[in-house]
Amino acid sequence: MTRDPGFYDYLPYDQRPVIRWPNGARVAFWVAPNIEFYELDPPRNPARAAWARPAPDVLNYSYRDYGNRAGFWRMLDSMKRCGMPGSVSLNVAMCEHHPEVIQACAEAGWEFYSHGTYNTRYLMGMTEAQERAVIQDSIDTIKKHTGQKLDGWLAPALTYTERTMDLVAEMGLSYVCDLFHDDQPGPVKVKKGKLTSMPYSLEMNDVIVYNVNLVSPRRYADILKRQFDRLYAEGEHSGTVMCIPLHPYLVGQPYRLAAFEEALSYITGHDKVWLATGREIAQHFNTLYHDAFAAAAQAVGEAP
Amino acid sequence: MSQPLPDSYLQYAHRRYGMDHARYDWSPVPTRPAVAWPGGARMALWVVPALEWFPLNMKCQPFKPPGAMQTAYPDLRHYTLRDYGNRVGIYRLMKALSQRGLSASVAVNAAVAVRYPALLKACVDQGWEVIANGLDMDHLHHGGLAEAEEREWIARSLALLRQASGQPVTGWLSPAKSESFNTPDLLAEAGLEYVCDWVNDDLPYAMRTRAGTLHAMPHPVDMDDYTILVQNHHTEDDFRDALIDQFDMLYRESSPESGRVMAISLHPWVIGQPYRIGALEEALDHMLQHAGVWSATGSQILSAWRASQA
Repeated sequence: MTRDPGFYDYLPYDQRPVIRWPNGARVAFWVAPNIEFYELDPPRNPARAAWARPAPDVLNYSYRDYGNRAGFWRMLDSMKRCGMPGSVSLNVAMCEHHPEVIQACAEAGWEFYSHGTYNTRYLMGMTEAQERAVIQDSIDTIKKHTGQKLDGWLAPALTYTERTMDLVAEMGLSYVCDLFHDDQPGPVKVKKGKLTSMPYSLEMNDVIVYNVNLVSPRRYADILKRQFDRLYAEGEHSGTVMCIPLHPYLVGQPYRLAAFEEALSYITGHDKVWLATGREIAQHFNTLYHDAFAAAAQAVGEAP
Repeated sequence: MSQPLPDSYLQYAHRRYGMDHARYDWSPVPTRPAVAWPGGARMALWVVPALEWFPLNMKCQPFKPPGAMQTAYPDLRHYTLRDYGNRVGIYRLMKALSQRGLSASVAVNAAVAVRYPALLKACVDQGWEVIANGLDMDHLHHGGLAEAEEREWIARSLALLRQASGQPVTGWLSPAKSESFNTPDLLAEAGLEYVCDWVNDDLPYAMRTRAGTLHAMPHPVDMDDYTILVQNHHTEDDFRDALIDQFDMLYRESSPESGRVMAISLHPWVIGQPYRIGALEEALDHMLQHAGVWSATGSQILSAWRASQA
C-alpha cells in the first residue's frame, strides 16, 4: 500500500493552459447513465459484501431491477426530448441479459464505455491476469454487441487494484472516470499509453444525491442548475467539464424524473454548451491539451 | 490487503438473456400489453397502511427492520411511538380516506390482530382489504430461516388474520420486505395470490413458484412516509410534492386504454401525526381532481390486471 496513488501532479486551477472547446463552448457537458446489472446471489468478494442484507436481498435487488424494467425507458425519453446524448457506463453483462436496453441506447447514438462486468463483481483482490481478463471481456463484449471501440472506464462499483489505471491505459483505453480531483480533464500518469482523467462528479451523481445525501428531487434539480451556472461562468475563461452521472433506478423513478428533466432542459438550453460524450471530450483534450497540461504540472513534494 | 480471489470469481453461471434467476421473466414496462381498469379509469389508486408491532425485546435478526427499537432495553420511546400509530394515527388516516371515499388495503402483523381486535374490526368495517404482514416486525423472513419454520410462520399469520378479519386474505407483505429464497413458493403454497415485497415494476407481474403463479404487486419503497419523512428527513411539503410528482408522471404515461397504479405505503405512527396528515390529504385532493382515478384494493387491481392479460 502507498500513501499517495501517484496518478497526477499538482496543477493549480488558475495557472493552466487555457482550454477552448469546439464552437466557443464554455462547458463540455456530458451525461453518464450507469446501465447496471446487479446479481441476486453473486459470489462473495472478501473485501466487500454485495448487499446490505443476507441473500436474497429482495428489496435492494428489485429496487435496482426497476431501473432496467421501468426507469431506463423514462430517462431515455427525457434525454431524447432534450437532445442529450448519453455516455453509457455499462456493466457489460447487460449486453447478454437485456439487449433491448443496449439496442435502445445504440439507436439513440450513445457511447458505451465500461463499468465492469457486473456491479456485484469487484476488482479488489484480483491478480493482474484476472484484472486483464475483466478489461478484455469489456473490450470484446462492447465491440461484439455495439461495434464500438472501448475508450472509457469507470471501475465496477468503484472498486480497484493498484494496477487498474496502468492496465486500462496499456489495453488501449483513453479515459477514466474514477478520479474526482478536478473540474477539467487532466493527464493520468501511467506506465504505457495515454490516459485522461474525465471529470465525472460524485456530487452530481444521483446515487450520492439520493442514496447518501437523501435529498428531494426538486432540490437535486436546484443542485444541478447551480453547478452548471458556475461552471458556465468560469468556462468563459477556460473550458470546464460538467458531468451528470445517473442511475435509471434512481432518477427514473416517476416522482424524480420531471425535476431532472427541468434541470436538463435548462442546461441544454444554453447556447455555449457542448453536448458531448465522454469519448468526444477525451479525444479533444488528448489531442490538444494532454501534453501541455502534463508539462505545466508540478511534481508533488514528498510528505514528511 | 484483500485476499486473492479464486478464478471462479470470474465465472458467470447466469450470464444469459433475461434475469439471473428463474423467479420471473425480464420484461420492459413499455412492451407490456395494455391494462384496462374498470370504467376506463387511467389510474388505480392503491393506499396501503401498515399496522405493525415492534416487540420491546426485539432481537433484530438478521438485521434491524425499519422502525426497530433503537436504545438500550427498555426502549420505551420508540415502542410507544410505534403504538401511537395503532391507537391514534390510524384513526386520523381512516378519516382522511373515508372523507374522500377512498378504500385501502391494510397490511397487518398477525400480532396486531390478536393484541388489538377492535383495530382490526375497525379496518374491516371500513371495507378495507386485509393483507398479511407476517407475525410481527421481529419475525423477519430471510435466507437463513429454515423452510419448515418459515412455512409455519406463514400458516400461523394467515390463520390468525383470516379468522380475525373474516376475509380470504390473498395478499402478503413480508416484514421489512425481507424474503428467503423460498418465500414466494411458500406463499403460493399457502394459497396467497400476490406479494408486495418487490419494487421493480410499475404494474403487477407474474412470478413462477413451485405451486404455480404468484403475482408481484407494485408496492413501493419510495412512495412511503417512513422513507421520505423519517429516513430522508424531508418536510411534509416535500412528501406531498413527491406524491403529486409521482402521480403526475404516471398519469401522463397512462391512458383510458392503458392504466397505471399509484401505490402509497403508509405507517400510521409516521403519517398519522397531527402535523403530517394534512400533507397526505393535500396530495390525495390533487389526485382526485383528475378524471379516471379508481380507488382500489390490491385484490381488485390484480383481478382487473389478470382479466386484461387474457
